Amino acid sequence: MKPAPFAYYAPTTLDEALSLLSEHGYDAKVLAGGQSLVPMMNFRIAQPAVLVDINNISDLAYINAEEGGVRVGALTRHHQSETSPVMARHAPLIYSTMPKIAYPQVRTRGTFGGSLSHADPSAELPTLTTTLDAKFRLVSQRGERWVSASEFFIGLYTTALEPDEILVEGFVPELPPRSGWSLQEVNRRKHDFALAGVAAVLTLDESGICQDARLVFLSVGDRPMYAERASNLLKGQTLTPEAIRAATELATTEEIDPGDDIHATADFRRHLAKTLCQRAIEQAHQRAQGKQ
Amino acid sequence: MEATTQKIELSVTVNGTRYERAIEPRMLLSDFLRHEIELTGTHVGCEHGVCGACSVLMDGEPVRSCLMFAVQTQGREIVTVEGLGTVDALSPVQQAFHEAHGLQCGFCTPGILTTVTAFLETNPNPSEEEVREAISGNLCRCTGYQHIVDAVLLAAKKKQAS
Repeated sequence: MKPAPFAYYAPTTLDEALSLLSEHGYDAKVLAGGQSLVPMMNFRIAQPAVLVDINNISDLAYINAEEGGVRVGALTRHHQSETSPVMARHAPLIYSTMPKIAYPQVRTRGTFGGSLSHADPSAELPTLTTTLDAKFRLVSQRGERWVSASEFFIGLYTTALEPDEILVEGFVPELPPRSGWSLQEVNRRKHDFALAGVAAVLTLDESGICQDARLVFLSVGDRPMYAERASNLLKGQTLTPEAIRAATELATTEEIDPGDDIHATADFRRHLAKTLCQRAIEQAHQRAQGKQ
Repeated sequence: MEATTQKIELSVTVNGTRYERAIEPRMLLSDFLRHEIELTGTHVGCEHGVCGACSVLMDGEPVRSCLMFAVQTQGREIVTVEGLGTVDALSPVQQAFHEAHGLQCGFCTPGILTTVTAFLETNPNPSEEEVREAISGNLCRCTGYQHIVDAVLLAAKKKQAS
């Protein structure tokens, strides 16, 4: 058998799951969709002594519209997000990106909370939630806390989660009127992890000047890379081609940190990031003007 | 809520038959199907979620059986390629793959047949682009996919006609 032995628990309530995590600490791993954890266990990169399978805690799967945004349960499958009218209406950036995440058989199982907690810097959901300034509710037996996406993602596969905590839901704020969004990425094969990518959201004021902007990159750093200075540079500006080029230049020369690997060199990733960033800002701008 | 590295009693329905086995929690669903209940139609390729050869249906939805532990299927209904049709009575999807030459070596075929069977239930009249999306998680190294796409489109026609 490929994975190393482990003790298996399948609690049916969140309380039971939290009590198990509190008891086993670093020895335990939470199993949600398993589309990243199980491959890691098959390779024995991960060898948790205890597996806490949360798939039977069915009340953690929901997508609910709320005042100012949408609340998404940790166990919401990607396939649910991909087909949810509520997600389409209140978080169109996430909705429209879902088909780009892996393959149908993976989206059947993969979950919202699992992808975020795994914190792969080339995955889309960590970047999208950072771009939309989402926040996550982390719960343990000690209590609960809300953590913003930008504080949650700390580094490569590393988050603010303590070993006894579970990310139980996220709140994704809805974009204000006159906002636009875009996700651009390049993959070797469609649906693979992106070699480089970027998400952009923009909000214009009534005269068309950029009021708010957030640019966040994926696959070019150890976590979702929020280009704060480039985003700020766009604010207060009319988004002329020159303004877009200047922000792109700043973001992709100073605010990302691409690495080399078997799939692409750092230089190539930076080159991709630059082209994609410009396209993302342009598309978000078009959408904010109601042109798409 | 029992926890153990020792064997767990699993009861699962596969292709309409109930199976009960005592298994280790770390046994993958793919290995359970092949080694425990000897349904070797489900093929194992990469065992890390890339190739799609091991795709089966769980409660009607396509899943990769190498990325699930068998104990997670407690009380569920699994359908493998053996459950789609028989040699004498192929399912519409299998018949279409036969007629359109949708396979060469056949290694990827079980995963594609199960995936496509579920896909045509939710999208009975797909475009070619939608078919290509639906099988994007299944690698085939022989065909170049063209005949597979033809076969899926033919299967859709057959299902609608029947």
